[in-house]
Amino acid sequence: MVTTRASVQEVWTWLDAVPDPEIPVISLVDLGIIRDVQWQGEQLEITVTPTYSGCPATTIINLEIETALRARGVENLSLKRQIAPPWTTDWMTDAGKAKLERYGIAPPQPSGGPDHCPRCQSTRVEKISQFGSTPCKAQWRCTECLEPFDYFKCI
Amino acid sequence: MSVAGLIRMGDNTLVLGQRLSEWCGHAPALEEDIALANMALDLIGQTQLWLGLAASREEAGRDADALAYHRDAWDFRNLLLVEQPNRDFGVTMMRQFLFDCWHFEVLQALAAHPDAEVSAIAQKSVKEVTYHRERSSDTVIALGDGTEESRGRMQGALDRLWPYVGEMFSTDDDDLTDMTALRPAFDAYAETVFAQATLTRPDSDFAHMGGKTGARHSEHLGHMLATMQVLPRSYPDATW
Repeated sequence: MVTTRASVQEVWTWLDAVPDPEIPVISLVDLGIIRDVQWQGEQLEITVTPTYSGCPATTIINLEIETALRARGVENLSLKRQIAPPWTTDWMTDAGKAKLERYGIAPPQPSGGPDHCPRCQSTRVEKISQFGSTPCKAQWRCTECLEPFDYFKCI
Repeated sequence: MSVAGLIRMGDNTLVLGQRLSEWCGHAPALEEDIALANMALDLIGQTQLWLGLAASREEAGRDADALAYHRDAWDFRNLLLVEQPNRDFGVTMMRQFLFDCWHFEVLQALAAHPDAEVSAIAQKSVKEVTYHRERSSDTVIALGDGTEESRGRMQGALDRLWPYVGEMFSTDDDDLTDMTALRPAFDAYAETVFAQATLTRPDSDFAHMGGKTGARHSEHLGHMLATMQVLPRSYPDATW
């Protein structure tokens, strides 16, 4: 039987279809945590960096990568954890940031806080808490539409 | 490179992470509850990195979980500060502030450590701890420069915990960096926050010692470990 090895570009496309387990509207590639894809001989090696050290989604993410690639016929696969350089929200793709905004989560801003409400676009926003429902988010509130919203922390 | 130094780092984050998680479901407001649990999560994540590296370097067949759950109080090398009980929210946040200020300086120094794995863990952790320090500074300022009641409690918390600061800056060959050298930066930062919080730093520099060397932990550590370790010790085949 002749099998053709998937190209690195194909693998990236497949990974871009794997949703983040906590925020399913963005993919693992959008999140910027896939650092490298390469063939080491017959083995496909995926380098993944964690978002936060204690993020419980990390193990699920590894499982989902493995499941997605096995479904595409990749059998010889290894996942490498890389913690340096540490993950930064600068690695999030622009497409990912736009998807977050549409989903109602304000994307990370270099200024350290959202400049407008992702629901009504008002600039009258205030911080409720530096931490939110997951390690990567903070809680903000719009004083115009009065809705609370998540802000994806900039780190 | 000292395994004992790695264990010190991991024991600090483990013990404080466990202490913070005791607040889960009890904090004064939902947002505070979530924030404390989030910080606990960061610290436990950092513990996995530090104790994971310690376990691989000591080559004694143990992993991070074995180090966390199957050592007794006298084997722990955490600072006395982090094992102190939560008491009220003010004491918890003052303990957090003092620890965050120290932790931030240590991790900045370790980011430049010649051992690549130590440096990587420090570079990762310092981003989280920068955020912790920002939050605990804000809380100390808000409560210190708050009502008469909140100010009294924060000054009381500072007076109670200050004798545990000296140990953070004691140093020996097991430490991954010279802790004494970090004191001026700690003092300078803490002083600016105390000034904004209208709090007075105690005059005495008397310091309780014995946590990081394991010579003499306070009675509180054993009680905390009993709760933390009971499950894996009672059910050695438990998985999670």
